[in-house]
Amino acid sequence: MPTIPRLPSSEITPESAWLDRRRFLAAAGVAGAGLLGAGALGRLAAAPQPQRPLGTPYGLQPGDEPTSYEDVTTYNNFYEFGTSKDDPAVEAQGFRTRPWTVRVDGLCAKPGNYQLEDFLKPSRIEDRIYRMRCVEAWSMVIPWRGIPLADVVARAQPTSQAKFVELTTLLDPQRMPGQRYDVLDWPYVEGLRLDEAKHPLTLLATGVYGRDLPPQNGAPLRLVIPWKYGFKGVKSIVRIRFVERMPRTTWAAAIPSEYGFYANVNPQVDHPRWSQATERRIGNFRRIPTLPFNGYADQVASMYAGMDLRRNY
Amino acid sequence: MSTPRFGLATAPRWLAPLLNYGAALPAIGIVSMAIADVFFGRSFMGADPIKQAEHELGEWTIRFLFASLAITPLRQLTGWNWLARHRRTLGLYGFAYGGVHFLTWALLDVQIGISEYVGWADVQKDLTKRPYIVVGMSALLLMVPLAITSTTKMIARLGRRWRTLHRLAYVIPALGVIHWGMSVKKDLAEPAMGTLVLAGLLGWRVMHARRSATA
Repeated sequence: MPTIPRLPSSEITPESAWLDRRRFLAAAGVAGAGLLGAGALGRLAAAPQPQRPLGTPYGLQPGDEPTSYEDVTTYNNFYEFGTSKDDPAVEAQGFRTRPWTVRVDGLCAKPGNYQLEDFLKPSRIEDRIYRMRCVEAWSMVIPWRGIPLADVVARAQPTSQAKFVELTTLLDPQRMPGQRYDVLDWPYVEGLRLDEAKHPLTLLATGVYGRDLPPQNGAPLRLVIPWKYGFKGVKSIVRIRFVERMPRTTWAAAIPSEYGFYANVNPQVDHPRWSQATERRIGNFRRIPTLPFNGYADQVASMYAGMDLRRNY
Repeated sequence: MSTPRFGLATAPRWLAPLLNYGAALPAIGIVSMAIADVFFGRSFMGADPIKQAEHELGEWTIRFLFASLAITPLRQLTGWNWLARHRRTLGLYGFAYGGVHFLTWALLDVQIGISEYVGWADVQKDLTKRPYIVVGMSALLLMVPLAITSTTKMIARLGRRWRTLHRLAYVIPALGVIHWGMSVKKDLAEPAMGTLVLAGLLGWRVMHARRSATA
């Protein structure tokens, strides 16, 4: 199993420094708003201050700073709660995440239905700061909390036939209003090759910024694969199934010419409607170059050796 | 149709200033809020103010083009002929909003000539290989001759040819709606609504022409 080099702590912007930067920006903003004649004050004061420490950084590049809690929790795609990126934060309010059952089944020796608490109990919960790159060419840096998917795979003991893992979101149009419209083929299904699922970077997240996931971010359990485009990160997971064939994943099935099963971040392979060479980091103005495998090439590229990444996009 | 069917024989006083100057307010609001967000750390427009501004300006472009297309049917329905002189203003605002929408895309979103990571090769690829950009750009470029020939002088000078040229005003909003539909990821609800409105505006003309021909 590949080891994960950690960034020396000297490379990480201390929380105090980036909080100071935000305060500076807020002050500048007040001045700017005054100049523009705009009276309303921003919501900065209301944003909860993150607990320290935020977690262990993985694969962060110089200059990478955690995206604000507010942006992380108010701007994301979660079509189960609406198709705009500001819908989920509104529409998912009050979504019940307890009790929650996770079913592990398929080609494995130890299938089972677990209450979420029992499902998580055997693992050590970790805080990890990852880069996140959306297929729409924007990106964030997110302090996640969760357990390695590898733990779950090891406990389930997949048989030798199992080649892929399929993860499925809750199907409940009563509680997930977006599912009342057939924008996508519900429920949302994502999948990984077994080796990808067992990779130590692959996380089943239960929290963000050291606290439980808010419902809009995929509570109570979601997938995080930092070297793949964000849509691979299936949310509100109720089922983890070991299968022999490549799962029919939602976006790849919806628009096969634009979204693939692998969805590895790759600046060389453009989306048909936009370039993937650069990205805009939420909270920053300037475009930055997109890195192969989103900056995690040293840890994951070997899994794809010999594959044509243009065809397996 | 010289007398109005009901009320308002002349334009209300507030209408001309509202259209002439008020129509610029959404753009001023959007652009200044986006600038406050991007450069002064504010949060008026959500987490991605650039995309937000780009989309809102695009939607306003379509709104103004639709509004200018709505003048004739509205006039025919109400007999308020004083509406006619505002058609040009609304069309020109459509062009201006399209221009600001384009500049937001080029300078703030793609950052052409601003980001060291975006070269002319990328721009060329965007402009030739990406159909929704080609369609949007065509719509904007087709508006240029219409804007240039919108002056009273040019109308007089071009005579009949002016009417022919300005039939483009029916094609351009259609391109705009197609561009909108092609640019969304999956949820076509809003562009579909736009298509319905456009179909109504153009359908009215067909029906009206037919009715006048048989009458």
